[in-house]
Amino acid sequence: MAKDEFKEFKLVGTRPDRPDGLDKVTGRARYGADISAPGMLWAAVLRSPHAHARIVKIDTSKAEALTGVKAVITRADFPTGLTGEDWNLQENTMAGERALYDGHAVAAVAATSKLRAEEAVRLIEVEYEVLPHVIDVDDAIKPDAPVIREGAADATVPEGMPPNVVRYMEFGRGDVEAGFAEADLVMEKTYKTEATHQGYIEPHACMGQLGADGKGEMWVCTQGQWFIRKMCTAVLGLETAQLRVTPSEIGGGFGGKTTIFMEPLSLALSKKAGGKPVKLVMSRSDVLRATGPTASASMDVKIGMKKDGTITGARAEFRMQGGAFPGSPVDMALYCAFAPYKLTNVEHVGYDVLANRPKCAAYRAPGSPMGAFAVESLLDEMCRELDVDPLDMRLKNAVREGDTASYGPKYGSIGLVETLEATKAHPNLSIPLGPNQGRGIAAGYWFNHNGETSVSMAISEDGTAQVSVGTPDIGGSRASIALMTAETLGIPYEDVRVNVVETGALGVNEPTHGSRATFASGKAAVIAAGHAITEMCKRAANEWGIDPEAVEWVDGAAQPAGDNAGKFPPMSIAEIAGKMGSTGGPISGHHESVPEGVGASFGCHVVDVEVDPETGRTTILRYLVVQDAGRAIHPAYVEGQYQGGAAQGIGWALNEAYIYGDDGRLQNTVFLDYRVPVASDLPMIDTVIVEVPNPGHPYGVRGVGETGITPPLPAIANAIQEATGARLCELPMSPPKVLAAIKAKGG
Amino acid sequence: MSKVHVTTSVNGDEVEFLADPRETLLDCLRDHIGLTGSKEGCGTGDCGACSVTLDGTLVCSCLVLGVEADGKRVETIEGMADGAELHPLQRKFIEHAALQCGFCTPGILVAAKKLLETNPNPTEEEVRYWLAGNLCRCTGYDKIIRAVMDAAAELRQEAA
Ligand code: FES
Ligand code: FES
Repeated sequence: MAKDEFKEFKLVGTRPDRPDGLDKVTGRARYGADISAPGMLWAAVLRSPHAHARIVKIDTSKAEALTGVKAVITRADFPTGLTGEDWNLQENTMAGERALYDGHAVAAVAATSKLRAEEAVRLIEVEYEVLPHVIDVDDAIKPDAPVIREGAADATVPEGMPPNVVRYMEFGRGDVEAGFAEADLVMEKTYKTEATHQGYIEPHACMGQLGADGKGEMWVCTQGQWFIRKMCTAVLGLETAQLRVTPSEIGGGFGGKTTIFMEPLSLALSKKAGGKPVKLVMSRSDVLRATGPTASASMDVKIGMKKDGTITGARAEFRMQGGAFPGSPVDMALYCAFAPYKLTNVEHVGYDVLANRPKCAAYRAPGSPMGAFAVESLLDEMCRELDVDPLDMRLKNAVREGDTASYGPKYGSIGLVETLEATKAHPNLSIPLGPNQGRGIAAGYWFNHNGETSVSMAISEDGTAQVSVGTPDIGGSRASIALMTAETLGIPYEDVRVNVVETGALGVNEPTHGSRATFASGKAAVIAAGHAITEMCKRAANEWGIDPEAVEWVDGAAQPAGDNAGKFPPMSIAEIAGKMGSTGGPISGHHESVPEGVGASFGCHVVDVEVDPETGRTTILRYLVVQDAGRAIHPAYVEGQYQGGAAQGIGWALNEAYIYGDDGRLQNTVFLDYRVPVASDLPMIDTVIVEVPNPGHPYGVRGVGETGITPPLPAIANAIQEATGARLCELPMSPPKVLAAIKAKGG
Repeated sequence: MSKVHVTTSVNGDEVEFLADPRETLLDCLRDHIGLTGSKEGCGTGDCGACSVTLDGTLVCSCLVLGVEADGKRVETIEGMADGAELHPLQRKFIEHAALQCGFCTPGILVAAKKLLETNPNPTEEEVRYWLAGNLCRCTGYDKIIRAVMDAAAELRQEAA
């Protein structure tokens, strides 16, 4: 229930124009590739055409001899001796002894023009010795699979596991076998999901400059300028504080821009070219081949259920490959898989597996959609089998405040029950369906995240306020932070300017990830505004000659707190600010912490589909997202997150997948072939904002970005079963697969 | 490759530049004229972020060569507002929160403007099919479609 009419607050919950709107509708906003500098060079990157190959020799002499070429680099230009994730990042930025996937960078050039740099790249000669490769996660753990990297496994991997297993986990509680024995129905199935890409429309772009003195600057589209700084300097062996990183506007990230892929190349090229700035912009095929998609997964799930829908035991065993490096989100997938349900007997097993694919990156609720696809699909089939209503089953097993989560911690205030009840009450559920149509329901979960946060705010001479945050604004966070700051200060929304600042301006901030910007930067901004209010009350108290404790802040002004304090007219923020120079100097507030009080978010989606029995094509007829926001600061951008998450989930469910040839090369490297949903694929996406305020945030915010991508995968599979009788256990549910499943059913 | 002298009109202004014959119109707009409002999302004609009009025809500027603009009229996002006065589509996009990251927005606005010039009273389905060549990864299109429909209604009222 989007409470636009909710009048507890003056500004929170309203829908003003976003502060960066004008720049973004006029083409003025500057994204990663939109900036140039005097003397700037252009970079281009040579990439491996092989999925797995030993690099025997690289001859750059012809490229170097080309007029206009100012620098050519290979791995030999990087420092050696890195370990752990720093080594992984360096190895992924530029291949060392071996190219580990199709698209892996092997050399880079800086030249006076883009075309010249591209010409030069074509003159670099690389001798490869092609090695056997492995792409599929289940193939990668077979005993005869090519080994991606000896010794990559960490201490969690028990003796005797296949060499491509690099991380292993098992956790749970109770006794699952006893749980299964108690059940009236036990079902077990295997599910597979392919890798998908975040598909942000803006390709990675940066302009880097690095001098021989080790001081550098970078302009880059990123979700986190401090992450860029830390990772680039680690990869290049620089001192962290010597690199200053300014975030551009960002054309989408969804987790994919929380790490580095090619940014250190621009710095290394710049240094070699005598410190000239170097611009590096990826093509779409570079993005698809060589930046982080999500992991692919193979998952076994076993669940026991009583006739009344009570879940008695649950077991998940997930195998995920996240490319040629450790780091698939198999842990997150397991944590989220059963998170909506109250379970006494639950067991999780996870394998992080290497394969010859690009290094995966976070993608919106990393891991959660895959786990939900498996678990929510199986639960739906069991409900059908036992003739239990899927929403009632979820309500019966739903976790509540104080329950222990399937993955261990105790839940604070959560809104799953409210979310399921709001779903049940929605009119979409009573719309009758026609032939070949089906309705699917699924739930989803995301933790939300806090992270290192540093925010400064300052009162200007005229009583307006500026807030400096370190979290790039990807979908309206300037607006939500301005609303909360203005609400706290008691001044108009328009009087607050929120600036996303460079690394030199604040302490370390984690990126805009984990649905944390409005929660963490917002909370810090509110606390910082509180410090400024305390100071302004003190200034007023000094002038009135009363105790600062006897002053309160109401509607943007200091006033005596009650008659005993003295009789003075309110002193407005503008009045106090106007004379701050003579009353003690600048007035500002600052807060830095890892903010406590993260509020988890549950969602429930309902989708109506129609499946063409002749082609297997699925059309989305209606779509409903119900999700607990805690509180919607700017409801329009909360709805936007719900709708965008659902659309990405629909793409993942129906079309999107990394398609590899037998040669291990990625075959769909342009948007024509890697087909994301277009406007004509989708209906309007209905949203219900449930508001169970998070007590850990001054305005009740939970974070809304990620949960919404989780339920679509199973919800659509569930709807397709209802429409066709066929159960799809593998994504994407593209027309040929749906058709084959219908045929297999004899339909 | 030697460069070609191109004379063209961009958003009503006469513009001259030297183009390598291999350069796209998008590259020329962005790198030679400094108009970076048109975006490159794919370079293959699949995303529409680079949408401009060339002599009134809606094109992907990544699929047009810079030299082809010689003697033609180019309209880009930078020319959409009338001075400080936003085009109704631009206003409605802000009002409806029809952008999140905003990277697709210039291309979608240019394409939608052409739609409303061609068909002032489009149905939802017509808007969806017209914009099917403009990818937006953030919004799920819902608010974009609403903003376009609302701008269309406002423009019809103005015209009436
Ligand atoms: S950049 Fe031209 S269509 Fe994508
Ligand atoms: S708003 Fe980000 S791609 Fe459309």
